[in-house]
Amino acid sequence: MRGTMMERESIKSFWKQSVPLMERIGSGEKLVLADLLEPVKTSSSLATVKKQLNRVKSKKTVELPLNKEEIERIHREVAFNKTAKVLSKWDPVVLKNRQAEQLVFPLEKEEPAIAPIEHVLSGWKARTPLEQEIFNLLHKNKQPVADPLLTPVEKASLQAMSLEEAKMRRAELQRARALQSYYEAKARREKKIKSKKYHKVVKKGKAKKALKEFEQLRKVNPAAALEELEKIEKARMMERMSLKHQNSGKWAKSKAIMAKYDLEARQAMQEQLAKNKELTQKLQVASESEEEEGGTEEKVEELLVPDVVNEVQMNADGPNPWMLRSCTSDTKEAATQEDPEQLPEPEAHEVSESEGEDRPVAEEEILLREFEERRSLRKRSELSQDAEPAGSQETKDSSSQEVLSELRVLSQKLKENDQSRKQKASSEGTIPQVQREEPATEEEEPLLLQRPERVQTLEELEELGKEECFQNKELPRPVLEGQQSERTPNNRPDAPKEKKKKEQMIDLQNLLTTQSPSVKSLAVPTIEELEDEEERNQRQMIKEAFAGDDVIRDFLKEKREAVEASKPKDVDLTLPGWGEWGGVGLKPSAKKRRRFLIKAPEGPPRKDKNLPNVIINEKRNIHTAAHQVRVLPYPFTHHWQFERTIQTPIGSTWNTQRAFQKLTTPKVVTKPGHIINPIKAEDVGYRSSSRSDLSVIQRNPKRITTRHKKQLKKSSVD
Amino acid sequence: MKVKMLSWNPDNYVRETKLDLQRVPRNYDPTLHPFEVPREHVRALNATKLERVFAKPFLASLDGHRDGVNCLAKHPKNLATVLSGACNGEVRIWNLTQRNCIRTIQAHEGFVRGICTRFCGNSFFTVGDDKTVKQWKMDGPGYGEEEEPLHTILGKTVYTGIDHHWKEAVFASCGQQVDIWDEQRTNPICSMTWGFDSISSVKFNPVETFLLGSCASDRNIVLYDMRQATPLKKVILDMRTNTICWNPMEAFSFTAANEDYNLYTFDMRALDTPVMVHMDHVSAVLDVDYSPTGKEFVSASFDKSIRIFPVDKSQSREVYHTKRMQHVIRVKWTSNSKYIMCGSDEMNIRLWKANASEKLGVLTSREKAAKDYNQKLKEKFQHYPHIKRIARHRHLPKSIYSQIQEQRIMKEARRRKEVNHIKHSKPGSVPIVSEKKKHIVAVVK
Repeated sequence: MRGTMMERESIKSFWKQSVPLMERIGSGEKLVLADLLEPVKTSSSLATVKKQLNRVKSKKTVELPLNKEEIERIHREVAFNKTAKVLSKWDPVVLKNRQAEQLVFPLEKEEPAIAPIEHVLSGWKARTPLEQEIFNLLHKNKQPVADPLLTPVEKASLQAMSLEEAKMRRAELQRARALQSYYEAKARREKKIKSKKYHKVVKKGKAKKALKEFEQLRKVNPAAALEELEKIEKARMMERMSLKHQNSGKWAKSKAIMAKYDLEARQAMQEQLAKNKELTQKLQVASESEEEEGGTEEKVEELLVPDVVNEVQMNADGPNPWMLRSCTSDTKEAATQEDPEQLPEPEAHEVSESEGEDRPVAEEEILLREFEERRSLRKRSELSQDAEPAGSQETKDSSSQEVLSELRVLSQKLKENDQSRKQKASSEGTIPQVQREEPATEEEEPLLLQRPERVQTLEELEELGKEECFQNKELPRPVLEGQQSERTPNNRPDAPKEKKKKEQMIDLQNLLTTQSPSVKSLAVPTIEELEDEEERNQRQMIKEAFAGDDVIRDFLKEKREAVEASKPKDVDLTLPGWGEWGGVGLKPSAKKRRRFLIKAPEGPPRKDKNLPNVIINEKRNIHTAAHQVRVLPYPFTHHWQFERTIQTPIGSTWNTQRAFQKLTTPKVVTKPGHIINPIKAEDVGYRSSSRSDLSVIQRNPKRITTRHKKQLKKSSVD
Repeated sequence: MKVKMLSWNPDNYVRETKLDLQRVPRNYDPTLHPFEVPREHVRALNATKLERVFAKPFLASLDGHRDGVNCLAKHPKNLATVLSGACNGEVRIWNLTQRNCIRTIQAHEGFVRGICTRFCGNSFFTVGDDKTVKQWKMDGPGYGEEEEPLHTILGKTVYTGIDHHWKEAVFASCGQQVDIWDEQRTNPICSMTWGFDSISSVKFNPVETFLLGSCASDRNIVLYDMRQATPLKKVILDMRTNTICWNPMEAFSFTAANEDYNLYTFDMRALDTPVMVHMDHVSAVLDVDYSPTGKEFVSASFDKSIRIFPVDKSQSREVYHTKRMQHVIRVKWTSNSKYIMCGSDEMNIRLWKANASEKLGVLTSREKAAKDYNQKLKEKFQHYPHIKRIARHRHLPKSIYSQIQEQRIMKEARRRKEVNHIKHSKPGSVPIVSEKKKHIVAVVK
């Protein structure tokens, strides 16, 4: 209020001051804005107005509303985007239908719609006089017209059940149902509890309760207690009879396999066995069960331990090296797995063995004295045996028999040596090879007997390998370097013998290298190769970089091949076995071949003979070309795809009935006499919109455009 | 010495009853059945030839109208019933199995411009030149009743087309604007316009039922959303589109029959490029209708022929014509996808097989197997030149044949000119426009 008063005051003063102005206007002089503002400047009471004016000035003007067309355009765009979004849900369906091998129409699975007769009748009325007469008759006799099943009498009898009775029965049923649901809910809740501890406690509680009851029963009714006891005994018997907690089940077997590697599996296994023991334990007697327990446990253990482990144990049983040998030869694969270095060498030994077959017989005396050497040889022969057991066995037999007999004498010594080695090895303890063996075998005591020997053979083999490629002593073997340095003290006593071996090996090697250069292709890389590595890499890189540059040679090769292929071929009409002996490995004689060979006549010179850069294909036949497909048809991307589809026959002459049916399924199948309706959202598993289009449009505010409204108005006026 | 005996077990070759098929022991060893490709090739050739031999698509001609047939409609629940409206305002209902007219109504004065059936099949709507929309009962009038429409709506302007919603009691009419009507009211519940030219036809989308498409004489196709009561988009083509038809299996695609002899299949979300341009007609295409399987459509043309196009091919697979058939105005594919009906200028409705060489009636299983096998063989060897030549060969009336030749020459000349133009101008200055884009003038948002 005060503000308005103030304003009024200021306006009054303003008018007082602007009286001369009014006069000026009246006189027709021109008015400038500055004239108007003059009094404002002077009066301080107009400060508020000025402020307001300033404030208004600082604010931006409100933008003009968009014109109608723009607005409509925006509406349209928004609506279009919305619709496009709705439509894009059909994309996967459409794509699927387009690519489908077979479409069966109509799409919807319609159930046979049998309308009840009442519905059919309700839509129908009697019109002609005859019909009306008939209906009158029916009505008179109170025969059912609409519902043919029940006459009014029947209906009445149905409704006759007394109300009270019905109510009581319903209440009863309700109570029963409620109780049942309570129990069910409770049981479900308890079953759902995941805590193991809870269940354990519950179980224990139950057991305790049972025991207490049993005690009580014994006191109250000894006969019943006895019966109970018998029951328990019987349960035990059943358990013993069954294989329920044994290790023969699927689960147990799988666990037994896993037990070797997995600690948890082993534990689970043991738990189950403990359970079994517990269940099958006799209640009363304790003294006898000890034996049995031991026995069963052993049995169980046996069953539990996987086969491989058993085998190893068996190996360990006999300290006899011959037994050992056979065993190790059996488990050769395992050995080869253990050290990959060994892999390539058996081949070399094969070759060397075949060469030096006579040598062991000739140098028997030396070998007898130096059993170490012999042992190495024995190992080698053993290895070669592994490599080619069938072929070389017979030829070797005569020579190896003697060797074996002598070796048998020496075996005792050898064993002693073994033992000393074993001690050394065990003192060293951890050799990587040993570590790689299964943990189960580590625990077995007798297995240790076997271990050092294996290690030793390995070492020797390594040495052999080293000698074989003696030219390159500095061969880098990162894996074995450490081991060797470790083992050198072990091998000290062998050191002098190494030389002899080397000598022997050298000439062997010479022979090998001169005879078969294929030895070079050992997996063990040589130094030369290593040196070459870089160069080759370089070359490879260059080759790769200019991979496409060898086109000319390729082309020449191609042309040569084409020329070769187009040359007429000689016809060989020889019949093998005609007039002479025939069979595998026999060829018809040269004379015969010469006689029956029909030389092809030299064809006309090729058209591209003098054109080095061109291959002219002379095979093309214009007569067949008319029948050939000129261009690769659309869905195929390569000619061989098309050729393959053409070459696979689809007829029943070449295919079984089932395959034929499958190959000739038509793409679109329609049921005769059925109307095919447009695809619906429900057909493809989508939910169709719940609101109908009509309801949506009726709720829509801008239903009728203004133009149309005007038209309507005009027409109503008319 | 053991002597091997031949043993014949009657179980292997004797039939249990006389009616059983003979047992034929088969050996599928491929060496026993050589030359599989040549043999199948010959079989394919024979199948193709037989197809042409048996190609007799014309089934019946329904005569009775006393003026050109202007509109056709299918009964939604009954395969045998067809409705047609003529240029003299007469509506006839036909029975296809008996091939006769079962009912005649003088529905309008002047043309019957449009006819459509209600989704339930109990009634149908007609619009005519007398500015009225009439709803009729499908069943004839009862004993002693008069032939009268259920409802009549008097409009302000001439309606040129009508279509009914696929699920609800709503129909749409077109004329100066597209009106959406509730069946219970006499005023449209919604009317949409965009531009001022008269709209020649309107069609509801059968899948997403709130969508409509219309085509107007100012060369455009407009899409509407009924729920949001607004047009969505407009595409302007080179020439006028006569009708459109939605694909009943693909919610977003429709085909437009154009005056420039072509048909255009659009994806409604991308109107700037048609998915396919179908060109084989030699005169304006007047109507188009989809097969209910959504794999093919049929088009009727002013060149007195109808053609069947696969949706994804630009060339037609079939052309039907007879000596007496004049300009075909309306065409419909029956809802079991077996037959095609066309109504033409010379007052007849003709019934055709959709598959020209198909055998009608029930097939035995062996016939069916042979049919399938032949079909697969034809498909497999369709690219071979001789087979292709036979399969594609159609006899055409001289007028169409010479028109095709002429069109080909014209097209070739146009192409040559274009190429030359590109060749002799600065590289990049003449844009290369693809055939699909050539006919689209603009897309208006």
